Amino acid sequence: MAPPFLEVTDLACRRGGRRVFDHLSFALDAGALLALTGRNGSGKTTLLRALALLVRPDAGTIRWRGADSRADPETWRGQLAWLGHLEGLKGDLSVRENLLVAERLRGAPAEDRLDAALAAFDLADLAVRPVRTLSTGQRRRVALARVVLTQAPLWLLDEPLNALDALAQAAFRQVLHNHLAAGGLAIAATHADLGLPAARVLELG
Amino acid sequence: MTGFVALLARDLRLVWRRPGDVAVVLAFFVVATVLFPLGIGPESNLLARIAAGVLWCAALFASLLSLDRLFASDYEDGTLDLLLLAPWPLELAALAKCAAHWIVTGLPLAVLAPFLGIAFGLDQPGLLALAATLLVGTPTLSLIGGLAAALTLGARRSGALLALLALPLCVPTLIFGAGAIETMAMGKNFTTHLAILAALALVALATTPWAMAAALRQAGE
Repeated sequence: MAPPFLEVTDLACRRGGRRVFDHLSFALDAGALLALTGRNGSGKTTLLRALALLVRPDAGTIRWRGADSRADPETWRGQLAWLGHLEGLKGDLSVRENLLVAERLRGAPAEDRLDAALAAFDLADLAVRPVRTLSTGQRRRVALARVVLTQAPLWLLDEPLNALDALAQAAFRQVLHNHLAAGGLAIAATHADLGLPAARVLELG
Repeated sequence: MTGFVALLARDLRLVWRRPGDVAVVLAFFVVATVLFPLGIGPESNLLARIAAGVLWCAALFASLLSLDRLFASDYEDGTLDLLLLAPWPLELAALAKCAAHWIVTGLPLAVLAPFLGIAFGLDQPGLLALAATLLVGTPTLSLIGGLAAALTLGARRSGALLALLALPLCVPTLIFGAGAIETMAMGKNFTTHLAILAALALVALATTPWAMAAALRQAGE
């Protein structure tokens, strides 16, 4: 039997001498969505950062298609799309420039895929506006469009619904649904209901 | 390589959108150096003697001036996470940031310095030596400064801490940079000094990217 796409075994993390989580294990297959829930400070963001190897886990392994992520971190990072609580956008660049630069930083030109990603979050009219003139919710939509643009199989999302209005939330659900239907995986830390029935829930804390 | 070029182009474009940041650095360099002839008076012999040291020190301070924002802006808006997550080496990303810093500060400083050298009464070979040493020496300042910027990322009073960390490490470059111009003034060949400056730049190029990447990973945690 083939190993699951993503297999996390016995993951443990400490920050400043305090245990954040330990003996955390789960496995996800193609098309799976995992919702991380728990109170503020229960370690949702830390878990996402540990999965992305931004925080060094104290114990445990993260395997992608059977291969240890820490043995080849660059390949592992290539599988990830990241949405943190900071958007990672440059205020002086336009929406379009931000998205194109983010994709080139991942090593892939994205001109031909850009319009679809902009359309998914109704950003076509804002494409030439500098990001510093956008509202919080609009910036969040740009950051989500960046996630879509990566075409990465695994999405790590920290509070993806934050600051989104009802229309944008619906757009996000549609995009996430398409991603999962195409065999993608997603792990999202969230307080709100993601609105997709297929979600598995992992409660931290 | 795509990532390196993309990051370099992005940083240059960001500077282009806000040219004031570079203008302040260059204006500081001009004002700081011009104060010396005004303060010391028109003794051309004395001015020509101290010119090398003054211009090199001013160039060093000027290039440190903009360094505290080198990684801090990426750190504050979350772009650093994207760089940490990019599927290519972080060492190259750090190098790209330093290269962008050099293009917008070190290079203009080297071009500007000979004009200020005139105010100090440097002769033509002296001006040439000044431009050449700054051209070869300023990359070291950008790299060492970049390391200090990465190490002080997220720290309180990071600007002052950065200067304290970077300035002592820049002393060899300063000595050989200013020394080259004095050698030239004495009518000797300054290629030895220039070769040592180039060697210092190469050592910095070969070591600092790794240290910067390690410091940035630490800051990302």
